[in-house]
Amino acid sequence: MGNGTSIGKVRGLGIAQEGAHHWLVQRFTAIGNLLLGLYLVFAFIFLPDLSYTTVVGWISGPVQATAVALFVFSTFWHARLGLQVLIEDYVHSAGNKFAAMTALNLFTFAGGAFGLFAIARLALGVAA
Amino acid sequence: MAARPLSPHLSIWKWGPHMLVSILHRVSGDGMALVGLPVLLWWLGALASGPDAYATFQEQATSWYGTVVLVGLSWPFFNHMCSGLRHFVLDMGAGFELDTNRTWSMGSMIAAVILTVAFWAAIFQA
Repeated sequence: MGNGTSIGKVRGLGIAQEGAHHWLVQRFTAIGNLLLGLYLVFAFIFLPDLSYTTVVGWISGPVQATAVALFVFSTFWHARLGLQVLIEDYVHSAGNKFAAMTALNLFTFAGGAFGLFAIARLALGVAA
Repeated sequence: MAARPLSPHLSIWKWGPHMLVSILHRVSGDGMALVGLPVLLWWLGALASGPDAYATFQEQATSWYGTVVLVGLSWPFFNHMCSGLRHFVLDMGAGFELDTNRTWSMGSMIAAVILTVAFWAAIFQA
């Protein structure tokens, strides 16, 4: 197989031209998850307790709120990419794949938006 | 669907640590995506909703089944982190020699268990 002919691409035999992008973004978000995840782990360990007052006081700080918001952004994006690969590997019929990808996109965007909204609410002091 | 050639079927390979670390990377990552992220959202949503909602969350999270879920999420976290770091090394084209690959496959899985135990020891010791 050469670089792929036009008819070959139409038949799904050529390259999709976007494989490297997915692969790279999965690595970029992985680095974000690593740093921010460890930040969260150390916060859980070093906070004096995990009571409502302590945790809200901690998470509503500007740096902390930014870090947790970025953690939500990075993990949801990374999960979106990872679950996409799972679907592509195990769901083979076109209709089911479309349905699964739709459900995944809804889950990712709705979940991520809810997480970011919750942090914004805490950081801006509406809940306190 | 085009009849593409498939990867050699799983059953023709002899199981080794590299295969176990690979499937555990997928299981732990997708497990966290499907269970861990909803728990994260519940935690954040409860915090944003106020003390009563957070009390409900804490009540569930500190119950025996809540503890099972949280411990069951911490191991995937550390496992995915360790095998993910292994992937960064492999991405550079390093660590593919059979002995090296076996060593780091085992190493990442063992490190994940140690880190999980250390994390909970640190949490309960505080």
